[in-house]
Amino acid sequence: MRMNLTVNGERHMLEEVRESESLLFVLRERVGLPGTKNACEQGRCGSCSVLLDGMLCCSCLVPAVQARECSVTTVEGLAGQGGPGEEDGPDSVQRAFLDAGAVQCGFCTPGMLLAAHNLLRHTPDPQEAEVRQALAGNICRCTGYQHIVEAVLLAAEYRRAERGALVQPDGAP
Amino acid sequence: MSGDAPTRRSQTVALPAQPDVEGRGARIGEAAPRPDGLLKATGGFAYSSDLWAAGMLWGATVRSPHPHARIVRIDTAEALALPGVHAVLTHADVPGRKLHGAMVVDQPVLAMDTVRFHGEPVAVLAADHPATARRAAALVRVVYEVLPPLTDPDSALAPDAVRVQPQGNLVRHVRVRRGAAQRGELPHADVVVRGEYETGVQDQAFLSPESGMAVPAADGGVDLHVATQWIHVDHEQVAASLALPGEKVRVRLAGVGGAFGAREDLSMHVHACLLALRTDRPVKMCYSREESFLGHAHRHPARMTYEHGATREGKLVYVKADIILDGGAYASSSPAVTGTVATCSVGPYEVEHVRVDVRTVYTHNPPSGAMRGFGAVQTCFGYESQMDRLARALDLDPVEVRTRNAVRQGSVVANGQVLDHPAPVAELLGRLRAMPLPRQEAAPSGSATAALCMGTPVPGRVVRGVGFAAGLKNVGFVEGFDDYSTARVVLELHEGLPRVRVRTAAAEVGQGLVTLQAQIARTELDVETVLVEQGDSGFGDAGPTSSARQSYVTGGAVKAAAEAVRTRVLRRADELLAGAGQGPAAGVSRGAVVDGNGAVLLDLAKVLAEGAVAETVEWHHRPTRPLDDGTGQGDSVFQFAFSAHRAVVDVDVELGLVRVVALDCVQDVGRAMNPPALRGQLHGGSAQGLGLALMEEILLERGEVRTTSFTDYHLPTTADVPRMRTEILECADAHAPYGLRGAGEMPHVTSPAAVAAAVRDATGRALARLPVRPEDILGLHHRKEDPA
Amino acid sequence: MEFLLPRDRQEALELMAGRPGTVPVAGGTDVMVGWNMSRGLPARALDLSRLGHLSRRRYGEGRYRLGANTTYSTLTDELRGELPGLAAAAGAVGSRQIRNRGTLGGSLGSAWPAADAHPALLACRAEVELASVRGSRRVPVREFFSGPGRTAREGDELIEAVLLPRPEGPQLFTKVGRKAVATLATCSFAVALWPSTRQVLTGVGGADRPAPAAVAEAFLAGQLAAHGTWESGERLPDEVVRHFGELAAEGAVLGDDVRATAEYRRRALSVLARRSLAQAWENYRTERHRCA
Repeated sequence: MRMNLTVNGERHMLEEVRESESLLFVLRERVGLPGTKNACEQGRCGSCSVLLDGMLCCSCLVPAVQARECSVTTVEGLAGQGGPGEEDGPDSVQRAFLDAGAVQCGFCTPGMLLAAHNLLRHTPDPQEAEVRQALAGNICRCTGYQHIVEAVLLAAEYRRAERGALVQPDGAP
Repeated sequence: MSGDAPTRRSQTVALPAQPDVEGRGARIGEAAPRPDGLLKATGGFAYSSDLWAAGMLWGATVRSPHPHARIVRIDTAEALALPGVHAVLTHADVPGRKLHGAMVVDQPVLAMDTVRFHGEPVAVLAADHPATARRAAALVRVVYEVLPPLTDPDSALAPDAVRVQPQGNLVRHVRVRRGAAQRGELPHADVVVRGEYETGVQDQAFLSPESGMAVPAADGGVDLHVATQWIHVDHEQVAASLALPGEKVRVRLAGVGGAFGAREDLSMHVHACLLALRTDRPVKMCYSREESFLGHAHRHPARMTYEHGATREGKLVYVKADIILDGGAYASSSPAVTGTVATCSVGPYEVEHVRVDVRTVYTHNPPSGAMRGFGAVQTCFGYESQMDRLARALDLDPVEVRTRNAVRQGSVVANGQVLDHPAPVAELLGRLRAMPLPRQEAAPSGSATAALCMGTPVPGRVVRGVGFAAGLKNVGFVEGFDDYSTARVVLELHEGLPRVRVRTAAAEVGQGLVTLQAQIARTELDVETVLVEQGDSGFGDAGPTSSARQSYVTGGAVKAAAEAVRTRVLRRADELLAGAGQGPAAGVSRGAVVDGNGAVLLDLAKVLAEGAVAETVEWHHRPTRPLDDGTGQGDSVFQFAFSAHRAVVDVDVELGLVRVVALDCVQDVGRAMNPPALRGQLHGGSAQGLGLALMEEILLERGEVRTTSFTDYHLPTTADVPRMRTEILECADAHAPYGLRGAGEMPHVTSPAAVAAAVRDATGRALARLPVRPEDILGLHHRKEDPA
Repeated sequence: MEFLLPRDRQEALELMAGRPGTVPVAGGTDVMVGWNMSRGLPARALDLSRLGHLSRRRYGEGRYRLGANTTYSTLTDELRGELPGLAAAAGAVGSRQIRNRGTLGGSLGSAWPAADAHPALLACRAEVELASVRGSRRVPVREFFSGPGRTAREGDELIEAVLLPRPEGPQLFTKVGRKAVATLATCSFAVALWPSTRQVLTGVGGADRPAPAAVAEAFLAGQLAAHGTWESGERLPDEVVRHFGELAAEGAVLGDDVRATAEYRRRALSVLARRSLAQAWENYRTERHRCA
């Protein structure tokens, strides 16, 4: 079947999508954005996390058909999501992951970044326990999670600083 | 080709997959960011499953549903007739060596007349869509004559046991006989404690399943891009099975999403090449998670009987142990694991008299092989459980009994080897004990403790426990294996500035070797910009990324090559300076050649103007010796590593649920080359150990694998792993490059035993088996997995 | 495989009517697990995700009507105060990613014995609203799960909504699994107090099918009536709570599988039931006192 899909702001008309294909498969193999990872295909590891119309989900469990006419954000589109002034470089969450040493093999990283980004959108100043709950659907086998949790807390700090920097010129708190 | 074969609209992945990475900044000992970090954090890093090529086909594997059966007939016609299917291959299509194996060549590329484990590959095929390939796989008709499987390792050596392999069911038997045991005796001991222990099958569960792409080449050969731990041993095996000369098979590293031992054996390597050569199309194979569980060797399950004799003061007199490892259907790494188990059988303790037998046997269970810790994990659970038992018998503090027996530099370990490098085991334990303990939190309802169940918070009966464990393991290859790595270092001018290029064929699997290589080159040549290039099978061998050896061996090779480059640069500088009355050149610093006082003699740019300086070095660590057949004695190890853990757990004693509230680690690493990356290794290894202790297990039922998904194979999450304290000791090993000690395996060796000890402390139960199940904590019978 | 994409309710019902065996798909979190392995692919699936009426929620006449597409996240984020038992169960489902897509209707349709929402729906007196071209009907959830993996849904019917009466008292859900979160239930238990009808209703997960602990309910009803405990608001005697727990476990058809033995499930269920009842009754008493 044919379907429209907007990925990271770019509209794609996709031909010949099989009805049983997942959004994950379509993103990786038809759109050509393999940054979203396939590690379990059962929704148990979070490696395939994306935002579907702004909602965090496992793209492996979304029938591609259900994403027709929808808008998807993947790791490739995360840069510039952090706010004004970040249009080009990596997002504050991405920078925090690098700065905190949260990336080892990196296979879980795209999904972790999306889950972390989603948390910070709704909870800009999370406690460690909240971070651990929010990332519980994302498996990492390398890091033992400690640097990842620290990275999310650091990203919250970066975003606070960015917000601070933005309001400063007007003198507003 | 059917119309819906996926075609990528944008081609974001270029070959080769493992990119060369350039970085600036850190020297050894400093916090160095990963040069490939930005790529990984923006989705641009090409893992083996991300590869794509125009006209590419998708491979799939037909696997045996039986642990033991004779193959009567394979009918591929129906599968081949399915539109979109391009080839279906069986063992008859393997042109070269029909068997593979990194240590023992015994595993069929595709099963021939017999299948010996559930999941063994029987046929492979290629189609233009992965779903078509899966459907076709279901259409390959294999007629089996099902045979009774041998699944109980304890009965594998019985005279009437079914033979799994033609030569019999013993993979290897290592005897350790020290002291009086060499005369067939063991001395009297005031106190004797005995115990039987068991560990289950742990899966490496790297996040990126087995995958890669084979591309047919114009020369009739093939390029294989694959996630692996050892390019060269793959290359040798693939070429042999394809019956191609080595130069026509090029194995290239594709991005590796974790390894932990599971990529030491071949998986889809030969299959993808066979399909690519048959179809003359690029063929990509990506295992599903289910296939991944079936498609690689796991950690050996062990059954261990220990007897420890000690004086009234708690000094060990002797250790006696009988250990059976289930090697599964094929040898894989079993011979080496058997040796490690023997050498690490009594732990980091001084024991004069040792009598240990380690036997690894063939069964019709899935093959066991390499996993982080490589046998030392199992024994640590055994001997540390014994040390706790001894402490109780003597009414001693568990740390005290360990400290009284701890090895130090100059001690002799189980293989009779004198530790000629620091072995600060007592200090590890002392520091661990000095760490603060976490506070106990109250239940939300205000009562004493919150239950550990999910859902609405309710009070429960929760008890806290604390446990310790210390351990040791060899770093790198042992028993006389001539282990080495090859590095090429080039110092050149790039855009007018000095730059170093480092090339090795060592596999970066996530641990950070790319970072470390750059740090070493930068340290030796004091040049900011370092480009780390990924060597392939055409470059010199680097040995495997395993056994915590790469920092030592490949690090040593990069260091040696950089030193050789520096020597030549200095010689060239002296030639340029000849007659100028300066010099002699003594070092390089900040882009210049300097004299013995650090005064600048010459810009590096001037020295390099007449051409780059390149050196390739094959670097060997100090030799080791085989173990004596009768006594298991011999200087078989070039370095031992040590760590210790303290676990604090809360146990819901009515539900049998455990929450680890602290898992603290102290480890000696000789030299902390990149402290944040090192801490990441400690955290990650500790968490994997926590998994083995409490939840991770592949369950088998008469040889059939019952847990093939992350739904049933439980991996620890952010909510299961606590915040961990780590403390790092740097007691330099004078024999090692920079004094460093391989660090990656130890955290996994000692954490399971510590967690188990803590649960014992909380519950008073014996807990003789890992993982500790809720049933065990409640003292309930567990389902008998595998009645003999 | 064909994916039917109805634009509205009428079209959806008509498509279902003509094509028996069509699998309705809401969030996809259950069906995709098999489809990704090319297993259990139906000849036809029907997309429910764009049917607006299935996402509607309303409250009236003392009853919540939750459209079948109500997600677990909606329950945890927006209905925690209104429907605490169901919200607690929804919060125990998988991960945030799964809760964002998984729906009440999908869960009921798949009828997984270990699904977290089912015990809560049982204890909370839910009714399932089913519709077909033949008309609509309501089935109490206690009658909906007709056997292992089977439900009262006819082949041409769609689950359109779940109806839940406004809670009258404490509602709790507890669950045991091998991990702290994001894991399937080994077993689970829900309890809800209904003072107006003098009922303590329950639901058990992890047995062969979702079912109430009927024997335990009856025992407790008898005890409460005999001693006038609803009226007095006294503490429940320990032995009553303990026996309630034992009965709750004994009544369930429990099996061995890769997650646990039947014996463990029995033990854990009795503990969950005991603790849940104790806590629920304690909350009820406290609430009563505060109101008094």
